[in-house]
Amino acid sequence: MKPTVEAVEELAHTDVGDCYQCGKCSAGCPVADRMDILPNQIVRLVQMGLVDKAMRKEAIWLCVSCQTCATRCPKSVNCTGVMDALRQLSIENAIEAPAIRRTVVFQKAFLNNIRRNGRLNELELVGVFKTMAFLKDISVPFLFKDSLLAPKMMRRHKFHLVGEKVRDRGVVDRIFARCLAELSEVEAVR
Amino acid sequence: MQIGYYPGCALHGSSNDYEMSVRACLDRLGVELRELDDWTCCGATAAHSINEKLATALPARNLAIAERDGLDRMLAPCPMCSMELIKAGQAIGNDACVRKEMSEIVELEVTGRTQVLNLIQVFQQVGVERLKEAVVRPLTEIKAACYYGCLLVRPPEALRFDDCEQPTSMETIVEALGGTAVDWNYKTECCGAGMTMCNEDTVLELSHRILSNAAAHGANCVVVACPMCHVNLDMKQADIDRRYGVRHETMVYYLSDLVGLALGIDEGALGIDRHYVATKR
Repeated sequence: MKPTVEAVEELAHTDVGDCYQCGKCSAGCPVADRMDILPNQIVRLVQMGLVDKAMRKEAIWLCVSCQTCATRCPKSVNCTGVMDALRQLSIENAIEAPAIRRTVVFQKAFLNNIRRNGRLNELELVGVFKTMAFLKDISVPFLFKDSLLAPKMMRRHKFHLVGEKVRDRGVVDRIFARCLAELSEVEAVR
Repeated sequence: MQIGYYPGCALHGSSNDYEMSVRACLDRLGVELRELDDWTCCGATAAHSINEKLATALPARNLAIAERDGLDRMLAPCPMCSMELIKAGQAIGNDACVRKEMSEIVELEVTGRTQVLNLIQVFQQVGVERLKEAVVRPLTEIKAACYYGCLLVRPPEALRFDDCEQPTSMETIVEALGGTAVDWNYKTECCGAGMTMCNEDTVLELSHRILSNAAAHGANCVVVACPMCHVNLDMKQADIDRRYGVRHETMVYYLSDLVGLALGIDEGALGIDRHYVATKR
């Protein structure tokens, strides 16, 4: 999908023109202080047709999808949906905000895991995510940071070497193929 | 009472202590859970971040299986799962085109008629009065900060559950069990949710604020009904302590843990001894 205002509005099921920039979304956002620009400014960029600029902001990947912004919006603008739409468009158009790649890597590894197993295989996800993140930023501390958790999880019977798989994995793969028709498999997995 | 049951990945993975306590206390209350046959992941944050259609199709597959197997009510104890299932059900139920498209994508007829329930709603259906009568060990020592997080109450127009800013349904249950629920400010603030792995820094900060506010209002434990909230507040608590130079020592219970304890079920059978912050009871 081309990154246009109409695409954002269609994906988010919302009319960004309704926003009158009161800033209530940013006031309630739990991660606003970490963002490069505020949620209301993201909406403003979209209003002005600067979707390309909005897609490149780290803010869209720092968003924790808590939905506080959309819930409190006095004009019912779905700001959470705008964040989702911008994330989807940035991936479809192969744009990644550089400093926040780990989140993108994680979400892709998560989906890829579901596509193969039908259910989340936590250990496999951690392994794939850590490896891919390591290949991107070569951070040894990050690679081993959570390794001390393993024995703690084992003691609590929360560590599953082999995860569950659904019986009908064929249908799961076909569902992915039908939904991600516009997104090449390579891109979805990468 | 028999209801459908969608455990979701977390309850069959590292949050299997949550499943233990849900099963143990619902069994004691006479609620029979029929697990959804060959259920698949709801897609969670990854799906709605990356592809809108997939975020509807993955839950739609599960709704279709529920309809095929005649489950008109279904418990999804993880709020991420229940929110995604409810949103997909509404998208399908409200639009014939979406219904047709999703039925084709998931290879099963789906109408979105399944009623998806969170854990609190199942306790409400059992009835607060019945819960009160079933208490054999009142939780007099519990001063709980009931923590709802995000997805039990948001988005309110889809979930239509409790008050989205000042919910009280968990408090009602805790008080029915003989416990005290404290008044506090962070009931519906986000803990950082699924960012535990990829953006831990955010999770530690948000969860630290929640634990600090609970303690400042006199709570001796936090009660959750979400596996992600539990991971961030319980498993990550040692990291939070280290990062901020504090010692929270705050027990984090699942709501079903407290119900189970009040019904006289022992901690081991509820999986409480498998939490990271050790019980002081």
